[in-house]
Amino acid sequence: MQRIGVFVCHCGSNIAATVDVSKVAEMSLMEPGVVHAEDYQYMCSEAGQAKIAAAIKEKNLTGIVVCSCSPRMHEATFRKAAERAGLNPYMVEIANIREHCSWIHKDMEEATKKAVILMRAAVAKVNLNAPLQAGESRVTKRALVIGGGIAGIQTALDIADAGYEVDIVEKTPSIGGRMSQLDKTFPTLDCSACILTPKMVEASAHEKITIYTYSEVEKVSGFVGDFTVDIRKKARSVDMNKCTGCGVCQEKCPSKKAPSEFNRGLNTRSAIYTPFAQAIPNVPVIDREACIKFKTGKCGICSKVCQAGAVDYEQKDEIISEKYGAIVVATGFDTINLDKYDEYAYSQSKDVITSLELERVMNAAGPTHGHLERLSDGKAPKEIVFIQCVGSRCSDDRGKPYCSKICCMYTAKHAMLIRDKYPDVNVTVFYIDVRTPGKNFDEFYRRAVEQYGVNYIKGQVGKVIPQPDGKLLVQGSDLLDNRQILKEADMVVLATAIEPNPDVRKIATMLTASIDTNNFLTEAHAKLRPVESPTAGIFLSGVCQGPKDIPETVAQAGAAAVKAIGLLAKDKLMTNPCTAQSDILLCNGCSTCENVCPYGAITYEDKEVNDHGIRETRRVAVVNNALCQGCGACTVACPSGAMDLQGFSNRQILAEVDAICR
Amino acid sequence: MSSEKKQAELIKEISGVNPLKCMKCGKCSASCPSYNEMDIKPHQFVSYVINEDIESLVNSKSLWKCLSCFACVERCPRDVKPGKLIDAARQVVVRQKDQNYLLADEIPELLDPELPQQLLVSAFRRYRR
Repeated sequence: MQRIGVFVCHCGSNIAATVDVSKVAEMSLMEPGVVHAEDYQYMCSEAGQAKIAAAIKEKNLTGIVVCSCSPRMHEATFRKAAERAGLNPYMVEIANIREHCSWIHKDMEEATKKAVILMRAAVAKVNLNAPLQAGESRVTKRALVIGGGIAGIQTALDIADAGYEVDIVEKTPSIGGRMSQLDKTFPTLDCSACILTPKMVEASAHEKITIYTYSEVEKVSGFVGDFTVDIRKKARSVDMNKCTGCGVCQEKCPSKKAPSEFNRGLNTRSAIYTPFAQAIPNVPVIDREACIKFKTGKCGICSKVCQAGAVDYEQKDEIISEKYGAIVVATGFDTINLDKYDEYAYSQSKDVITSLELERVMNAAGPTHGHLERLSDGKAPKEIVFIQCVGSRCSDDRGKPYCSKICCMYTAKHAMLIRDKYPDVNVTVFYIDVRTPGKNFDEFYRRAVEQYGVNYIKGQVGKVIPQPDGKLLVQGSDLLDNRQILKEADMVVLATAIEPNPDVRKIATMLTASIDTNNFLTEAHAKLRPVESPTAGIFLSGVCQGPKDIPETVAQAGAAAVKAIGLLAKDKLMTNPCTAQSDILLCNGCSTCENVCPYGAITYEDKEVNDHGIRETRRVAVVNNALCQGCGACTVACPSGAMDLQGFSNRQILAEVDAICR
Repeated sequence: MSSEKKQAELIKEISGVNPLKCMKCGKCSASCPSYNEMDIKPHQFVSYVINEDIESLVNSKSLWKCLSCFACVERCPRDVKPGKLIDAARQVVVRQKDQNYLLADEIPELLDPELPQQLLVSAFRRYRR
């Protein structure tokens, strides 16, 4: 028989205002096995933990129930407290009477009744608990960073500088990400390439960093400290070791009609290409969809002109398998598709562009060599209209419900840069709210208004109407003057909402990392664990977690690196002892559990069994406890009831149900 | 409940609109082809309902100047759809006069072969729930 102590927490007024805590404690004394009960204001505090420790020693307790908040919050706290007092930590159960009770009920009598029932269930379970011993697992001292933008580069540099090996996997032919596409950066207006390329070079030259570009994560298995990842290195068709990066192949390539991804499709590139001049690695890839050699079998000019003999049409995708202790997701963002926003005439006029396209137009390496011109006729614009919040802050099914956060600042930047370089161009910004919190951010926006004479109008644009003469008629609101505006413009720039890179869904699924309705990766705790995924060993860096600008991204990248380093610095990790076990006498060898196990922890072996005196060899399920994560899928799937989860056995769960139904 | 409050509730119920969702972006007024004819502008419909000033709304010129073109309904990013609010206000007026809409069954009898089809279609568009 267990000797159980029940500890009921007030959580200040969080629980005590809705639940009669002393009654819960009093009622618990009537439960089988309960020899001690008390309530206290804050059980998680030092004084509260001391009370638990004292009771364990004085009353010789063999198990405890803490009626408090969710086990996600403080189960670890109370387990540690019990362990310090000499109790096995797995003899601690939490009855969640806060999130599951006091926070969601108003009536004290009803809530108290429910709290008593939850306490009863936990006591019933502890009665069947047995001490469990955590095992140990090793930590592979190598990290994987998925995504080679500024977030991924910074995270990799920080981890590598701490002395650990890091691999970066980047889908496109070069690292650099979105930041490499930007012309200038706010609020200091320094050239994006000038501050990014040194970091790209540093990452590629770092002895601890290996970069896999034109590569994708194919498969992830294992768990924290010991992930195995398959990486597909897509066929580059160019030998990385032989290529000198001279660029002759790109010049001579006769196929020059593929839209340039780097220039957002505003101009074209050759079939053999590096995305941009400062690409790292400076080794081109052949776009096999666009290449004449691959399409018709004739051509082969790049191979002929290549002095180094690096072009290899026979190259195939290669899959490599690596082990990692920690994985950082840094998959970044893209702008949303504007197909649903007909009213802005984006698909009707070449002179309606997104802000990211404007970055390319204003960049010296862009499609117009940095000259501000209309993409339809190459004429210099005289009137430019910026429209903010295109697809952001929408609760309809067209856009995104969140604020994209960076648009107010980059629009002020664009407006200012244009007014500075082309003082005779009029710039009008239609805004809903100007949101510029951040160091030197509001000052930056005010400078656009006060020094550069940018015309800010509060009100959204209803429609952009392309005119026969090529102008764009913008119909918008001026809410402060209470009038409707009809304005002719030469160019319209849309501050298009950003969304997580669409690939992130696939990656999150492979990592079993949770994701929200907007495809942003979820943090383990919104405030206190903002760079960790709830899945152990997975960390978040950059916009994959939520909209943010470059300084915030770099700061978060460093934070994710620190968390990864904290993990890699350990030699061993404690494993969860709540793993599955199969009863070989009950197992019928059907393989159902093996098929449902997401961790590959179950195998089948031929084993000698003694079934009521009959000795025979049977094919039975065997669980590898180092791989098992205790999800319980096998226990539910097993048709013969042979699988059971330690700490959550079928008996324990049914005892809880019985206690609730009593 | 005051009669103004009741009417405001009625308008919310008929239109199915929660005016508190409005973020005051003005896209409705930016889209409205009758803007210059209106005394109360489309984006202001929302605050009249929130402030329960239905008297002003039902006596406004705007009530009968709205073309039910639904540009504001289509483009509203917040699902507030001022066109639906003004349409509901019209219904309130119609109901006050103890009238009601035609039932679908009554229509064939009233049909005039000379009637342009367009008129029927726009009538349905305007008065659909």
